[in-house]
Amino acid sequence: MGNPIFQPSHFTAVVLFALFASTVFGITQRETPRNMFRYGIYCFVLFLAAAIVLSWIMYFIAR
Amino acid sequence: MAIEENKTAAGVGSQPASQEGFVYLPLIAGWLVPGGGHFLLRKWGRGALLAASILGMFVLGLAMQGKVYANAHDILDILGLAGDLGNGLPYVISRFLGLGDVQVMVTTADYGTRFIVVAGLLNIIAAVDAHNLRTGRKS
Repeated sequence: MGNPIFQPSHFTAVVLFALFASTVFGITQRETPRNMFRYGIYCFVLFLAAAIVLSWIMYFIAR
Repeated sequence: MAIEENKTAAGVGSQPASQEGFVYLPLIAGWLVPGGGHFLLRKWGRGALLAASILGMFVLGLAMQGKVYANAHDILDILGLAGDLGNGLPYVISRFLGLGDVQVMVTTADYGTRFIVVAGLLNIIAAVDAHNLRTGRKS
């Protein structure tokens, strides 16, 4: 097998993961479209914020 | 009066009407085809977004040369296989076409494997949501 067709960076992979997961969370965990959208955005921001904070923690642990 | 309104708002009052027919059909359809349960209930927008998200994640996982679990040798493999099975027909098709059957030792392939497992888990959540819509537990 050759190289992967799609080779995202770590951050791109996190952004894609957060986008897809928060879309499903928003639709399934809330009832009205407005609340779905708001909860989806909330989950997306939390995913990204958690990834960035954990990355910095691991950066300082590794030093 | 207020109690009656609350019951109706929670979907309790409408339950007997929504229990007609095979209530597990959206659950099964949603598991086999991502978003299929919502399409069956004529929730076109929600179904399209769920299908795009779950199938997008599955296809990107394959494009990153992620592994599709075929058998299980230890507990982690069993969990991975359970997650992959959540994808329904896309899992069967990928196995039939031999996609994801070779483990590639690159970082993106590891991401791809996780993308495929998580797509399956998200599909199960979506299928259960379709079942809740069908039974009237959710509006």
